[in-house]
Order: sequence, then C-alpha cells, then structure tokens
Amino acid sequence: MVTILDTDAVWQVLESVADPEIPVVSVVDLGIVRDVGPKRVTITPTYTGCPATQVIERDIRSALDAAGFRDVSIETVLSPPWTTDWITESGKAKLHAYGIAPPSAERTAVCPQCGSAATEEISRFGSTPCKAQWRCRDCLEPFDRFKCH
Amino acid sequence: MASLPPIDVPRGATGEGAFDAPAEELRGVVFETLLRLGDDSLVLGQRLGEWCGHAPSVEVDLSLANMGLDLIGQATLFLNAAGEAEGQGRDGDSLAFRRDVLDFRNCWLVEQPNGDFAQTMARQFLFSTWQKMLFEHLTASSDETIAAIAAKAVKEVTYHAELAAEWVVRLGDGTGESRRRMIEGLDWHWRFVPELFEMDEIAAKAAECGIGADVAKFRADYDARIRAVLAQATLEPPADQRPILGGRRGHHSEHLGHLLAVMQYLPRTYPDATW
Repeated sequence: MVTILDTDAVWQVLESVADPEIPVVSVVDLGIVRDVGPKRVTITPTYTGCPATQVIERDIRSALDAAGFRDVSIETVLSPPWTTDWITESGKAKLHAYGIAPPSAERTAVCPQCGSAATEEISRFGSTPCKAQWRCRDCLEPFDRFKCH
Repeated sequence: MASLPPIDVPRGATGEGAFDAPAEELRGVVFETLLRLGDDSLVLGQRLGEWCGHAPSVEVDLSLANMGLDLIGQATLFLNAAGEAEGQGRDGDSLAFRRDVLDFRNCWLVEQPNGDFAQTMARQFLFSTWQKMLFEHLTASSDETIAAIAAKAVKEVTYHAELAAEWVVRLGDGTGESRRRMIEGLDWHWRFVPELFEMDEIAAKAAECGIGADVAKFRADYDARIRAVLAQATLEPPADQRPILGGRRGHHSEHLGHLLAVMQYLPRTYPDATW
C-alpha cells in the first residue's frame, strides 16, 4: 500500500536526479516532474527534440529502482507544454550560481559573472535547445542564458 | 497547368468490403494528416542537419542544428502518433527510415537543397512563418495528440520564424552581395508557397472534422507577415510563378530521393541494428 510518506520519499528521490546537461539542477528544480501519485511519476519534456529527455527518463528509472520503488511507473505527458515558469526559485538561484542566467521576462539578462545588467544577445541559440548565447559588456565574459519558453 | 497525380485515398476509406467505413475513413485521415505534419518537420530537420559544421559562424551553426533538432523532435512525436493511428505496428522510426520517396507526404519547400546560407534562410522564413500559424490553429484540433504536439511545438517554431525573419532583414538590407543572394533565395522558393495553402480532398476532410486546420483561414495573415518582413528588408516580393504542387500525394522533386538515401542509409544497410 502506498502511503503519503511514500509519495514524499519518491519526491526526495527525484530531487536527487540531476539534469544531464546542467547537473547543478535537479529534474524537480526544472519543473520536468509534473506529478507524483501512487505508483506513478509523471514527467514532461522540455523541448521536443531535446536529447536529454531520454537520458532523464533513464536516470529517474534507475534512481527509483535503487531506492526500492521498482513498481512506480513513469509516464510522459506533453500537455500542458513545459514552460520555464515551472523552474523553481531555488532552481533559478542554482543556475545563476553555475554561470547560467536564469529565464526572466526582462529584456536584458544579469551577467552571472559580475552582476552587470549591461548585457547583449550574441545568438538566439546556444549549446542546448534551452539556452541562448549572451555577452556582458562590462566584464566582457560570454555566458548562457536560459530562454524564456 | 499539368494535371495532378490521383489522390491516394487511404486503404479502407471507400469501396466494397470496407467494414465500419466511417471509422476506417477517419483513421485514414488522421494517419495522413499526421504523416504530412511529421514529414514536413523530418525532411526540413534533416536538411538543416546538413549544415552542421559548415555554417558561416559557430553561432549560426548552433542555430541551424538547434532548429533541426526541434524539427526532428516534432517529427518523432507526429510519426509515432501516425504509426499508432495506422495500427499496423509501425512506429516513428519505421515510418522515417523504411518508407520510399513516393510514400513521403512533405511539401516541396522543405526538400529543396540548402543552397547558400541566404537560400536556407529564405526557405526557413517562408516555412516557419507558415508552420507557426498552422500550429496555432492546430492547438484547437479535435485530435488530442495533434493538439498537444502543436501546443508544445508552436513555442519552438515561433523562435524559428523570428530568427529566420531577422536574417531575411539582415541579409536583404545588408551588403550588395548578401542582398543579391537573399533575392535569389526567395526567388527560388517562392513557387513552392502555394502548395502550403493547397486544400486537397484529405486536407478538406481533416479540416471538416476538426482534426486539421483550414489553411485558407490564415492565408491573408501569412501574406501580410511575409510582405511586412520583406518591406523591412527593403525587398520586393518575388514575381509569382507557376505553383508546384504534388508533395502531399507523393510527387517530389529529385532532391528528396538523395536526402533519403543519406538519411536512411544506416537502417537500410544494417536493419534492426542496435547499440
């Protein structure tokens, strides 16, 4: 029988599963985990073609298995579509500390190196589907910015 | 204009011996609609992948590869759904890698060769502007899977359309050479635009039952958007040419066969290979 305690324990396991591309944030921080119910974890992909999606599912599976939740299944849903609004506040803080400007509605990003707001976009696409390339005009460092999505 | 090839009506749609004809017909329309959507994304995704390592700068290389990745992700979702709708045990991979050129349902625009960077961006601009509007309409599709994929993908495609429009302006209103190349790129692709708005029997049926979109509804918006960006790029719309149609019925330019030969080489040479 699955108790509330078990659901909490599953959430704890999921919080330990790191995103394969940005290992400082967990799949929970990124809002990829939509729901934890009795016997089922519901996840959603960030971008349709993101290669990390399959790795994430595999990592969640092994983490659940290792923690003794072999009978908890994983379901992937598309709707409602993932949005950067679902990234938690602590997730945004971790991204910033890691050197990635978190998503924000502001027109300019805050440089994660020196904190300056004098920044500009270099390219709308970056090293992964979820990021754009930016540059700081004060410290001149390039950095990734999470795209608002 | 030359007569079009006959419409390939899905098996079981009509005729004697078709049991539960309406349900079978609906299944055929859903399958065909998903194939068209999936093949557009797949073929353009493959085309953009050809740029990998060859783009004018590393930033552009990343842009093109990322857009290709988005499109292949969409194709995976559409074609997996098509396989399920068909119910013959085929999945996205078998539809992508084990169909021959005449069974592909993409439009002519997406299979056109990359040409130079301006030609690639002209194609992207004409296609992504259309695909964005199409997906906006499809979010209201009566088919839940199509609606969910469209709602997910429209956010990605909006980005593609914006990026391509920026390049049309930058190259069109750029140097003499970039301008000449953008004009040539637009000119090459212009004749494939009418096909995007073609409503054949299957598209009409799909729109009628709410699965597909009535593309005529956003033709005016599309034309207005294209003209607005071209005006910003200080370019005139190209002269209208005889439209090329037929991709939705499996008639393609010679370019698609070459693209598939590359894309399908591995799974055809080593069937069921795993690693």
